Amino acid sequence: MLSIKNLHARIEEKEILRGINLEVKAGEVHAIMGPNGSGKSTLASVLAGRSDYEVTSGSVTLNGKDLLDLSPEDRAREGVFLAFQYPIEIPGVSTINFMKTAVNEIREYRGQETMDAVSFLKLMKEKMKLVEIDESLLKRALNEGFSGGEKKRNEIFQMAMLEPSLAILDETDSGLDIDALRIVANGVNKLKTPNNATIVVTHYQRLLDYIIPDFVHVLYKGRIVKSGTKELALELEEKGYDWIKAEADAQTV
Amino acid sequence: MSDSNKILEEITSSEYKWGFVTDIDNDSLPKGLNEDTVRYISAKKNEPEWLLEWRLDAFRKWLKMEEPIWPNVTYPKIDFQDIIYYSAPKQKVTLNSLDEIDPELRATFEKLGISLDEQKRMTGVAVDAVIDSVSITTTFKVKLSELGIIFCSMSEAVQEHPELVRKYLGSVVPVTDNYYAALNSAVFSDGSFCYIPKGVRSPMELSTYFRINAANTGQFERTLLIADESSYVSYLEGCTAPVRDENQLHAAVVELVAMEKAEIKYSTVQNWYPGDKNGKGGIYNFVTKRGICAGDYAKISWTQVETGSAVTWKYPSCILKGDHSIGEFYSVAVTNNYQQADTGTKMIHIGKNTKSRIVSKGISAGHSHNSYRGLVKVMKRAEGARNYSQCDSLLMGDQCGAHTFPYIEVENNTSTVEHEATTSKIGEDQIFYCNQRGIATEKAVALIVNGYCKEVLNQLPMEFAVEAQKLLAISLEGSVG
Repeated sequence: MLSIKNLHARIEEKEILRGINLEVKAGEVHAIMGPNGSGKSTLASVLAGRSDYEVTSGSVTLNGKDLLDLSPEDRAREGVFLAFQYPIEIPGVSTINFMKTAVNEIREYRGQETMDAVSFLKLMKEKMKLVEIDESLLKRALNEGFSGGEKKRNEIFQMAMLEPSLAILDETDSGLDIDALRIVANGVNKLKTPNNATIVVTHYQRLLDYIIPDFVHVLYKGRIVKSGTKELALELEEKGYDWIKAEADAQTV
Repeated sequence: MSDSNKILEEITSSEYKWGFVTDIDNDSLPKGLNEDTVRYISAKKNEPEWLLEWRLDAFRKWLKMEEPIWPNVTYPKIDFQDIIYYSAPKQKVTLNSLDEIDPELRATFEKLGISLDEQKRMTGVAVDAVIDSVSITTTFKVKLSELGIIFCSMSEAVQEHPELVRKYLGSVVPVTDNYYAALNSAVFSDGSFCYIPKGVRSPMELSTYFRINAANTGQFERTLLIADESSYVSYLEGCTAPVRDENQLHAAVVELVAMEKAEIKYSTVQNWYPGDKNGKGGIYNFVTKRGICAGDYAKISWTQVETGSAVTWKYPSCILKGDHSIGEFYSVAVTNNYQQADTGTKMIHIGKNTKSRIVSKGISAGHSHNSYRGLVKVMKRAEGARNYSQCDSLLMGDQCGAHTFPYIEVENNTSTVEHEATTSKIGEDQIFYCNQRGIATEKAVALIVNGYCKEVLNQLPMEFAVEAQKLLAISLEGSVG
């Protein structure tokens, strides 16, 4: 489904991604871990098409389409969803209104009929239940005055509404207490199908207790330096990142 | 140049949709202004002697006045001799039914989305349509008159209700109030008149559409609205003009009188031609709007969405004379390209326990300048007066300017005056967040701007709010930041 080959990207003059290779198949969950500053969030942003980053070489395809060639909105319409580490506030615009616009923009792109208010509301109620979010929150201005947990839950609600084929969760666990973490993880698990894939970007192993990854990759200095299964995450939890850093630094010397 | 600026410049390139010219025979005066012009207009309208004298008095006073230079706007000096002061579409003077309206004219209003055809009307809005200088028709007149509501053109009111006109004309905005009000008093050609009798709630929205069609024509309409004790009326005003290279002058006066316990809600969607991308053409909109809460517990509420005009100079105000009376001002002013707006309000607290609320949302894009200018004045005997003002500015790109000039004068110590102001930019983060959900940049801007203006848009009657939202989106097309 997603194929990243030798991806290099920089912000201003600083090269952050220095040759990422990653294959993600439908139905899989991949965890991207790594120490601070290793390029995890940059990878998420580059995949979503944030203009601050410049891709200098490499390729990314999603279901055979050249992702790097598409505008951020077209990537979203092709099925890329990014759950933001720091969701943005939009005063005066309710989540309901925001989602109605998003859903219909995407439907229009795909040549589907736009959704009327009644069917939209029905879909919304269904997804609200799935991710355990309260309607009162969705009526409020998007993320304005939301707690950290509410913001993240709102991201997962949006993910449920848009049914992406590739969901990227950027540090979704940051700022969550254990209950909120469980609710968010439950939501993500319920949204999993054999046809979609999830990339979980996280610093800590904690989230992976709830969202079980098929593969774990360790990012360091803009490259994936180690890949493994869930056990790798546990090992990192126990030993920290230093041994991987030492290993990787030894190789590059 | 950053991406956002590039996009911004692209978006500032939308076209004005209402820029068509209607080919109608006009009955016009030649250009120029002198006492004879005033006499001609008055005679044309078959006005009584007192009104002619009133006009002439205004004209003589105007001659001695100076054009105001304090607004934060710049434009070439207006040549008042180069303007046509009276232009009327040629048609039969009296219409027996709506069917007799010039088909071209009807088509014009259809294009504007104003159906004058009562049979087809579903909305329950009574419309008075003013094209160039004269009022064309007033719909729903019969139905309204059953309730004692008078809703007609100003010319008609002068003929049929001279006592009301004489009593109230100039009572809120005196002839010498300001330069343009004096000019208007001398040469006003038509406008709307409305009287709501005691205890009557107008069952429908009353609405006036203004359109300047003829070239080189100034439009000087005069609106007078009187709400007698315990009555209620919601009044809507819409404006458009054709695309022309030269600037056209629009200098209107609106006077509102609210008696004891009466309430007037006055909403405007102003979409005069703003000029082209390079600032050529467009309407000079120099308008005086003022209401007086003459009786206790009266309420006047101004809501305006200003997207058009090359230069806007406008301060809808409230004189809170009656005790416990309330004045409100909700405004969204959008400027793009080379538009300039200096707009705001005046709240004059005279009565005890009077309250006022000001919510102003300015949006500037392109190379435009947008100023809020507001005065809150609390007089000595206005014990317990309260004011709350909130002035927000939203900037799009780095070529535009937003300015705030709040004036506060308080003469007693039992009153409370609060003022809050913010300035913000549409963030790239906000746009990217919307993009990431599949929403294209232009739509994202419209969404964010509508959210920003929500408090004001909520004040508009439903249908008008929808129209205003669309207008905001169109006005800002091409100015994403």
